Amino acid sequence: MLPDEVTKFIGKSIGTVACEVEKGSIKRFADAVDDPNPFYWDEKFAEKSSHGSIIAPPGFFGWPIKLPRGMTLQTPAEIVDPPEVAENLRAALAKAGFWRVVDGGIEYEFFRPVRAGDVLTAKSFIKDIREREGKTGKMAFMIIETAYHNQSNELAAMARATAIYR
Amino acid sequence: MVKQKFWEDVNVNDEVTPLPKVATTLMLVKWAGASGDFNPLHYDAAFAASQGVGSPIVHGALKRQWLVQLMTDWMGEQGMLRKFSCSYRAMDWPRKMATPFTPEEGDTWHCKGKVTKKYDEGGQHYVDCDIWIENGKGEVTTPGTATVVLPSRS
Repeated sequence: MLPDEVTKFIGKSIGTVACEVEKGSIKRFADAVDDPNPFYWDEKFAEKSSHGSIIAPPGFFGWPIKLPRGMTLQTPAEIVDPPEVAENLRAALAKAGFWRVVDGGIEYEFFRPVRAGDVLTAKSFIKDIREREGKTGKMAFMIIETAYHNQSNELAAMARATAIYR
Repeated sequence: MVKQKFWEDVNVNDEVTPLPKVATTLMLVKWAGASGDFNPLHYDAAFAASQGVGSPIVHGALKRQWLVQLMTDWMGEQGMLRKFSCSYRAMDWPRKMATPFTPEEGDTWHCKGKVTKKYDEGGQHYVDCDIWIENGKGEVTTPGTATVVLPSRS
């Protein structure tokens, strides 16, 4: 059973971050995947298509996403954070014996294409944290739900990310 | 890009056009910069060893993005990816670089998929797929699902 110190974070917001989706960062992202899709690279092609402009690969929501302090000097357009929620949660998990975290997987729903020039606001909260038994011992599975809205306040996508703590 | 696929042309059990990928240490560095995932687990040999994974491993999200490409390539210009999910069940290690431009000989990963369902909903035409990545040994490391909307001839 996970202690209350950890489970009290269920339902809590872990922050709102606004990031601009730049054409250059779309290309860098597509290059890292080795994806030559002309929607990401060819402006003439993209403008003639039904999208009307360069779009981001599904799963790219702008850069920089919020990074932990000390990892980068670059900051997103705007960060609105409840004070240190994510850090307090990590500390509570560490105290309960869960030191390491790995990315477990992700679920997406895509509602609208993301265009170069969009500014996406990503609002995240802790949907669930639960204990599971694994081959190497107890693990804590955390689900973080994020809603991405564009500058016209239209919902572009929803994500549910699983973080596995052990 | 390939000829546009229409909903009428797709059948349950159809194979999604396989997509081969090679993960290299160069690709992992590009991904770290492009995605903002700077976890040293993916680029620092000593750190990766201290975390018990041997040597730097492929970012889960990079594998996710390969699977996204599997579907965006298959659905064509007029298709739309509506839902996507995947789990990072097993670790993958990148090929090292032999020259600044070419990787050493080694594993190739294969992204694959299979149509499981096709249906109409709210005036749009959907296709559900099971998707997965097979590593160099043919083991499934990243299973998932995807739903696309395809154009219809009707």
